[in-house]
Amino acid sequence: MPKVKFDILESTCIPLPFENVDTDQIIPARFLSATSRQGFGDNLFRDWRYTKSGEKNNEFVLNNPVYSGKVLVAGKNFGSGSSREHAVWAIFDYGFKAVVSSFFADIFMNNALNNGLLPIVISDDLLKKLLVMVQKNPDTKVKIDLEKQTFTIIATGDSVKFGINPYKKECLLKGLDDIDFLLNMKSAINSFENNKSLL
Amino acid sequence: MKPKTLFDKIWDSHVVKSIKDGPDVLYIDRHYIHEVTSPQAFNGLKERGIGVFRPGKTIATADHNIPTKDQHLAIRDLLSRTQVERLSENCQEYGIELFGLNHPKNGIVHVIGPELGYTLPGMTIVCGDSHTSTHGAFGTIAFGIGTSEVEMVLATQCILQPKPKKMRITLDGELHRGVTSKDIIMYIISEISASGATGYFVEYCGSAIRNLSMEARMTICNMSIEMGARGGLIAPDETTFEYLKKLPSIPGVNDIKSTIEEWKKLGSDQDAVFDKDLKFDAGSIKPMITYGTNPGMGMAIDDSIPISDSNGNEASSSFMKSLDYMGFKPGMKLLGHPVDYVFIGSCTNGRIEDFRAFAQIIRGRQKADNITALIVPGSKKVEEQMVAEGLTDLYNNAGFEVRQPGCSSCLAMNEDKIPQGKYAISTSNRNFEGRQGPGSRTLLASPLTAAAAAITGRITDPREFINDENKVKK
Ligand code: SF4
Repeated sequence: MPKVKFDILESTCIPLPFENVDTDQIIPARFLSATSRQGFGDNLFRDWRYTKSGEKNNEFVLNNPVYSGKVLVAGKNFGSGSSREHAVWAIFDYGFKAVVSSFFADIFMNNALNNGLLPIVISDDLLKKLLVMVQKNPDTKVKIDLEKQTFTIIATGDSVKFGINPYKKECLLKGLDDIDFLLNMKSAINSFENNKSLL
Repeated sequence: MKPKTLFDKIWDSHVVKSIKDGPDVLYIDRHYIHEVTSPQAFNGLKERGIGVFRPGKTIATADHNIPTKDQHLAIRDLLSRTQVERLSENCQEYGIELFGLNHPKNGIVHVIGPELGYTLPGMTIVCGDSHTSTHGAFGTIAFGIGTSEVEMVLATQCILQPKPKKMRITLDGELHRGVTSKDIIMYIISEISASGATGYFVEYCGSAIRNLSMEARMTICNMSIEMGARGGLIAPDETTFEYLKKLPSIPGVNDIKSTIEEWKKLGSDQDAVFDKDLKFDAGSIKPMITYGTNPGMGMAIDDSIPISDSNGNEASSSFMKSLDYMGFKPGMKLLGHPVDYVFIGSCTNGRIEDFRAFAQIIRGRQKADNITALIVPGSKKVEEQMVAEGLTDLYNNAGFEVRQPGCSSCLAMNEDKIPQGKYAISTSNRNFEGRQGPGSRTLLASPLTAAAAAITGRITDPREFINDENKVKK
């Protein structure tokens, strides 16, 4: 796993105001045949980004030059569906560092945290407000402070605290890696195996 | 002692260590892998210069990416071929048992695991695939993981996992004719929405669940993920033990009788508390169908598409976007709507019982001319059983073609794609935009509903073919 650090991020946002964006939309199955982690960003939201004949779909937000930024703001229940970590790799590879929504699917959330992509849950109301603001004014900036766990819309000063598992927070702030952590536990795992019964 | 749920009992007995304010280090008894979500995990091991910690606890198959025709020939698509070959190399290198392409026991990972006796009550089971929840039918904690976690399991046989909350779904009452376990789970998802169980692990209880076969229970647990749940489980009982006793062998179990006595202890305590408790009546369930682009957008087959979304918001933009994609309008009825494709298969409905159910309706009838059917057994074993029971002949005589096993059109990584704009009644589990091929329009349903459509060429209530005594109408 790449060791990615996250501390403070100030960025404009890219709005994706749809609910239930599933992992098949984020990265369609036909692009999952690669055996490395790189390059999935090219096919992020492939079937929305390109027309059937393979041209850029100018109506899709990623093709709209007025929007840019490292924060993806998406409707509720983002990342539902398959466990494919490729979805997170694609979002990260494209250049996003954080995804903001009012609700994430569980596996997506774990996968994101395991790859240094920060999932931030905000209230439905704030999400709606933010989406409207960004669509009206694409220069709208947000500030994410992981240490303080705050998410702020800079222009309005709207600031909320977001939740994150303290262990995961520590990993992200320090760029620590789960597998190193587990490898250091080998003796505990061995003794667990020796003592294990059915229940 | 404080009463515990079955989920708690299994989970707690597998915690190697609890990290303060963090996830648990959870020990994994069984790890399934397949070609699509494992290569990057093996790369990770190589980069670290470490091996597989417990190769005997990982079982591999190739299923997602493989063709369902001419499997003896080389895979035509280069990337897919490389992925399947990489799996073989990795399994060889690390000493992992592989039921790969052309192996006599090959099949979809969630179909062969139980068939081969690798899925057993009380276990923790993971796989880089969200439908790992299927194995919960045996009273296991089984859930899907990402590739980083696959790497963790390969490296240490453990993953770091926060403990989910617990939900109990009780289903009592009698099922009506023509209603299957697929309809049960589609009904529950339509009631609570595609995200209604996010953050929870579900235990299914009640008389209507107890009356189901193991295959039917697997269908229910399989689709737990479609309401956002990490997984679902059903406490083992006589049905479970009978299924296991009939298997030719169970790796690692020598004395099945005494093991069953142990398994009998697996159940939630009477007063165990769940974070959420839901109850449904089996008698209110009809054959179900989806009309939108997530599994929560389902309804009874004779209903009309709602005019507002599940939150009661009048036709939100997401809801309308979904109906537009499907070519449907709010308030519309689906009965009689033409269908182009029928897909029967997948880890949801690709087991022998599903093909028997399909046969129940097609026996003595012919496939409609406008229908292209993809009939894909979930495993080689199911394929053999279909031949042995005469189902393959029956299907062929009715104008169908039986393919070789694999995930096939469920996610359309291989050639089995539904073309742009075409309607497919599918026994799989996801109706996402483009899931079955770019622009494909998926209508999820049971094998009975799929069979009825295959015969009439239209969305048809399967009860038209089944009379009150559960007999098929001639
Ligand atoms: S059949 Fe479909 S859902 Fe099941 S494992 Fe294969 S792709 Fe996934």
